[in-house]
Amino acid sequence: MARIGVFVCHCGENISATVDVKKVAEAASRIPGVAHSVEYKYMCSDPGQQMIRNAIREKNLTGVVVAACSPRMHEPTFRRACAEAGLNPFLCEMANIREHCSWVHEKSEATTHKAFDIVRTLVAKVKRNKALLPIKVPVTKTALVLGGGIAGIQASLDIANSGHKVILVEKEPSIGGHMSQLSETFPTLDCSQCILTPRMVEVAQHPNITLHSYSELESMDGFIGNFKVRIRKKARSLDEKLCTGCGLCVQKCPSKKISSEFDAGLGLRPAIYVPFPQAVPNKPVIDREHCTYYRTGKCRLCEKICPTQAIRFDQEDEIIEADIGAVVVATGFDIKHGDFFPEYGYGKYKDVIDGLQFERLASASGPTLGEIRRPSDGQVPQTVVFVACAGSRDPAKGIEYCSKICCMYTAKHAMLYKHKVHHGKPFVFYMDIRAGGKMYEEFVRRAMEEDGVQYIRSRVSRIYERGGKLVVKGADTLLGSRPLEIEADLVVLATAGVAQAGAEQLAQRLHVSFDAHKFYAEAHPKLRPVETNTAGIFLAGACQAPKDIPESVAQASGAAAKVAILFSQSELVREPLIAVVDRQAPPLYSSCVGCFLCQPSCPYQAIEKEEIRDRDGQLIKTIAKVNPGLCQGCGTCVALCRTKSIDIQGFSHEQVYAEVLALLNRGEDNV
Amino acid sequence: MSDFNPKIVAFVCNWCTYAGADLTGTSRMKYSPQVSIIRFPCTGRIDFMLLLKAFASGADGIIVSGCHPNDCHYSSGNFHARRRWIVFRSLLDFLGIDVRRVRFSWVSAAEGAKWAQLVNETAEQIRLLGPFKRYHQLRGLGVE
Ligand SMILES: Cc1cc2nc3c(=O)[nH]c(=O)nc-3n(C[C@H](O)[C@H](O)[C@H](O)COP(=O)(O)OP(=O)(O)OC[C@H]3O[C@@H](n4cnc5c(N)ncnc54)[C@H](O)[C@@H]3O)c2cc1C
Ligand code: SF4
Repeated sequence: MARIGVFVCHCGENISATVDVKKVAEAASRIPGVAHSVEYKYMCSDPGQQMIRNAIREKNLTGVVVAACSPRMHEPTFRRACAEAGLNPFLCEMANIREHCSWVHEKSEATTHKAFDIVRTLVAKVKRNKALLPIKVPVTKTALVLGGGIAGIQASLDIANSGHKVILVEKEPSIGGHMSQLSETFPTLDCSQCILTPRMVEVAQHPNITLHSYSELESMDGFIGNFKVRIRKKARSLDEKLCTGCGLCVQKCPSKKISSEFDAGLGLRPAIYVPFPQAVPNKPVIDREHCTYYRTGKCRLCEKICPTQAIRFDQEDEIIEADIGAVVVATGFDIKHGDFFPEYGYGKYKDVIDGLQFERLASASGPTLGEIRRPSDGQVPQTVVFVACAGSRDPAKGIEYCSKICCMYTAKHAMLYKHKVHHGKPFVFYMDIRAGGKMYEEFVRRAMEEDGVQYIRSRVSRIYERGGKLVVKGADTLLGSRPLEIEADLVVLATAGVAQAGAEQLAQRLHVSFDAHKFYAEAHPKLRPVETNTAGIFLAGACQAPKDIPESVAQASGAAAKVAILFSQSELVREPLIAVVDRQAPPLYSSCVGCFLCQPSCPYQAIEKEEIRDRDGQLIKTIAKVNPGLCQGCGTCVALCRTKSIDIQGFSHEQVYAEVLALLNRGEDNV
Repeated sequence: MSDFNPKIVAFVCNWCTYAGADLTGTSRMKYSPQVSIIRFPCTGRIDFMLLLKAFASGADGIIVSGCHPNDCHYSSGNFHARRRWIVFRSLLDFLGIDVRRVRFSWVSAAEGAKWAQLVNETAEQIRLLGPFKRYHQLRGLGVE
């Protein structure tokens, strides 16, 4: 026989002002199975909790209902109090008579009545609660970091320095990401490569980091602490162990006219190449699409001249398997390219370029060795127009958001241009200037005041060619929308920051969610910014939303700290509110008939097949089995099961049906 | 029918609507006390036979509410609930239960005001429809 204790809280006057708490406690004492029912001013206070602990011991309670605030507020408090008195914490429930009753209704008979209905419902539930034990799962203390941009690099180093193993997977031949392409960085104008490359080298040399460049995640299974991953190491056509990185092959390759991805299409590279001189690892890759040998069957020049015989034309992709405890996703972002801006002639006029191309022009290691020369004829442009918000904040283009980094890099670009071409005239077309950040506003002011960059508040309606010049048309909205035209030699579009092309496929592989723009979704926009909704998978950098380097680095360190916290435990403890499949004695073994309709309904792939065999190994039956590590307890399978063979602990059929009956004052718990 | 006090059962998910209803409370918005909430981890957990059980036990109206599409804490439970609801609606029709007695909705953790409005609208609707007579007839016959 159940012996339930009911504890009704006044919450000062928060509850007692509209609910007659005495009446509720008194009525509750008459519910069948209730052995003890009291009210008290503050149940959550120390004396309040002590009342519960004492009652559990003295009255031998088998369950507790605390009628007070929302369980989202104090369930952990009261469950802990019960546990301290030796009662299994899962035998304690809260009846929410504050948020769902006293605060939302006037003082009346009906309000008191409703409070009692709620208490009765929870009493009916708790009578059917089962003592549950937390689930313990082991933790593999190796992290997988996806993406080797500055965010992935920072996360890898932090995790590795906290003493744990890291596998870093980068899809390009070198790590570095977008930061390696930048010339100088706002707001300090320090050289990007100079601050980045030491970190890249550190990654390569760190004993705790295994770097797989030119590789991608093929698949992932498992759950927090216990993921299994397969990584595809794409064929470099090279034995990395033999290659010394001498660069002879790169010099001698006859197929040299390939547009360089690293130089954003402004420079050329050979078919066997290292993306940039400071690449990590500094080993070339053969681009099979453009290599003469792969195209025509003849050449193999690099193989002939390689002093260490490292070239492998027949190399195939390799699949590497690994056990992982946590994942940091740091796959970064991209910017809009191509025919997205027909009105700006981007892609049509050689001298309308994007921000990354300008970075390459301004970079000392770029195709012009840092001189600002326009792509069409190599002339130094005398007038340059920078267009901010190209595509961003434009619902008509499907991008409502602000790309956040472009205001700042546009100011930087205009400044760099002025520093290099002293007599040049830089103009910036902008909508608003968003320069929130330490020393950011000052930076933009400097561009305007010290470097004489002319800011014009206008959207650009059109860009077209006239007599060798690019005409930029707009309307100055600070001067009564006066139409205006500027003849420029070069136009730089600060195109919108967007998600990586493969972001969606990767999200599906990882089971993480993303927003309408395919940026990965954080678990909570304010309080859990580095976690995803899938336990054990964290986010860092611009894959979550466009952000600058300081923010990417901060988030990466945050994600690394989360991983280190996870790895500081040898076992994980989880709430056991998960689904279980019915098991019973032979000859039935289980009411599950093995239809497996539940399997595709589970968002976590937690439902497995279990074979029941007799002593001779003969198969008797195949039934469903829930993997307790994977199950998150949504209960979708429970509602779906046709034979009611799956049930969920904490919200079982028995419990919820009893709740419905009790709420309507029917069944065995009625008063 | 002025003294008719409908009984309405709300089946809500823990992450969105339960929290939304908490917010209604913390914001001290008032609504009709005829509704009581039963908490589920997710609307995907709601076995719609529970709704029939509720009607058979004296409920006059029912609310089912969870996270908005694409916001499900478990990524897809609410889509299962929506599909089930579409099928269940036809079943209600077939059984001769007025579908207006069931309100299927989405209330997020931030929509305290929407919860109050949903409850008030539902209570008003049920008041117009009157008590669920079938149940009283069955009771009168001694059948439950
Ligand atoms: C024109 C321009 C100028 C800028 N100037 C500045 C500046 O001056 N100062 C500043 O603070 N910020 C600046 N930024 C912003 C800066 O580039 C970003 O903040 C930074 O690059 C974000 O780092 P990340 O590591 O998150 O992403 P990324 O740099 O994009 O790196 C992501 C990495 O992940 C890899 N990857 C992608 N998908 C996968 C996959 N599926 N598997 C494995 N690897 C994958 C990519 O190849 C890449 O190496 C600028 C940006 C632009 C576009
Ligand atoms: S950062 Fe500036 S330029 Fe970029 S989208 Fe936002 S407002 Fe426009």
